[in-house]
Amino acid sequence: MRANIFRHEFKMHLRSVITWSVAVAALIFVYVSLFSSFAEQAELLNEMMANFPKELLTAFGLTGVDLSTVLGYYGFVFLFVQVCLAIQAANYGFSLVSVEEREWTADFLLAKPVRRTQILTSKLLAALCGLIITNAVVWISSFGFINLFKGDRTYQTKPLLLLLLSLVVFQLFFLGVGLVISLLVRRIRSVTPYSMALGFGMYVLSVFGDLLGESVLEKITPFKHFNPHYIIQHEAYDWPLVLVSVAVILVSLVGSYVLYVRRDIPAIA
Amino acid sequence: MSVIEANHLTKYYGKARGIIDVSFQVEEGEIFGFIGPNGAGKSTTIRLFLSLIYPTSGSATIFGKDCIKYGPELRRDIGYLPSDVFYYERMKVIDLLKYSASFYDRDCTQRMYELAELMELELHRRIEDLSYGNKKKVGIVQGLLHQPKLLFLDEPTAGLDPLMQRKFFQLIREENQRGVTVFFSSHILGEVQRLCNRVGIIKEGRVIEIADIRTLQQNNYKKVRVEAPGLDAAYFDLPGVTNLEFHNSTVRFFYKGDINAVMRKIGELTVSDVTIEEPTLEEIFMHYYE
Repeated sequence: MRANIFRHEFKMHLRSVITWSVAVAALIFVYVSLFSSFAEQAELLNEMMANFPKELLTAFGLTGVDLSTVLGYYGFVFLFVQVCLAIQAANYGFSLVSVEEREWTADFLLAKPVRRTQILTSKLLAALCGLIITNAVVWISSFGFINLFKGDRTYQTKPLLLLLLSLVVFQLFFLGVGLVISLLVRRIRSVTPYSMALGFGMYVLSVFGDLLGESVLEKITPFKHFNPHYIIQHEAYDWPLVLVSVAVILVSLVGSYVLYVRRDIPAIA
Repeated sequence: MSVIEANHLTKYYGKARGIIDVSFQVEEGEIFGFIGPNGAGKSTTIRLFLSLIYPTSGSATIFGKDCIKYGPELRRDIGYLPSDVFYYERMKVIDLLKYSASFYDRDCTQRMYELAELMELELHRRIEDLSYGNKKKVGIVQGLLHQPKLLFLDEPTAGLDPLMQRKFFQLIREENQRGVTVFFSSHILGEVQRLCNRVGIIKEGRVIEIADIRTLQQNNYKKVRVEAPGLDAAYFDLPGVTNLEFHNSTVRFFYKGDINAVMRKIGELTVSDVTIEEPTLEEIFMHYYE
């Protein structure tokens, strides 16, 4: 780890971190502020939802969810938060190394007296730092807005804490997988399609898993590993699936180091 | 001890040829010219020395140490000016230079400002607003501010105006007088001729000649031009004659071999004009590439 690279990288991320944090906080605000009106009409709503096609409910993660409870409703909001954080983390993962090669600045950095492992560690920590800031904003705005808008309803703190604690692992999954994929391909021209594909792809995969009852698909997507409704209902993680996430993170990080250290830095032909 | 030593360096990008079996040495205090057309493998060679890429086979040492294994340590004393300069677009010049300096243990501030002043670099502009020539100047300052002992210059003059080129050459000469070894790649022969002691010539990935600039010019070829009324091109059809041209009773050719043979031929003629001179490096070079 080199402090100067870390500082430089962190500055490069800062604007994006702020944008994502504000966006996610706004998302939580808008949804949670609607909670009281949802809750008042709870019976009507639950009745209405019972008439919706099952597939539609599954697509929005609403099967067997009671939107009239604070956590039932928040679990539904949390899914959107997860999608946002997934795309953000994937974004940082895909661009971490590839941005230097796309903008041809890699020659500058790698001709300096540093090891590639130091470069990668500094970059990873800077990106992680950015993710943790967004993560903290999710914590603050979740607790803040829930307490602001819950009215006279109560909720249990433990499942909420479990949900929020899971975010770090969730983010690391997309950071790590994005990074390792970026090192497996020769060149990434634009990061956004990749991070959208990974973020949404994993989400869609978990929806399909639900629809088709296909249990193999569940095994690979962190949207399943950290399914908010499972965590709220059981007040616990689905540990075997959580371990799959952790394993994927470890493999992708180790793989990234191996690939980056051996990588031929492309030059303009 | 050689500062740079390439031992059978070979690099393939997949199936595409980079360089093949390149071996040479550069001695301490030399300015070594590395000449070849675009795509011959000049940048590949330099990037191998900096371990930006890894060889398919062969190895290289710098200051006697393996350039991959001791890369980070060696790069403390290496300055690199890439052929295409790209820096973080949103940064200001001064911030980029400070970032660059932050990688080295010694205090580079004074040298940084000296160089920036010399190259007339505007420090508070953003990189994205700079012209190519100005980015090149950033590259020069960035590559020299830590007072390296070895410089890799990859086509350094492209984009610099003639005045800046002269200043830059002066700067490189001064660095060299201080004992800095310079590896200078270029496809412009004039500048190599002006600056370098020795040259390596690379063609299609292979080094085809390594020689002293002077021996390259002296020992090899003479450029002969003979003007005589009623002269016929076939008259100079001797072994050792190449690039024979005939125009308006004037014959031009290059000759390699015993010069007396040509002198006798000329002596039999009634000439109106004769010149025999050293070919320019450019002409020698073109000869290698035909």
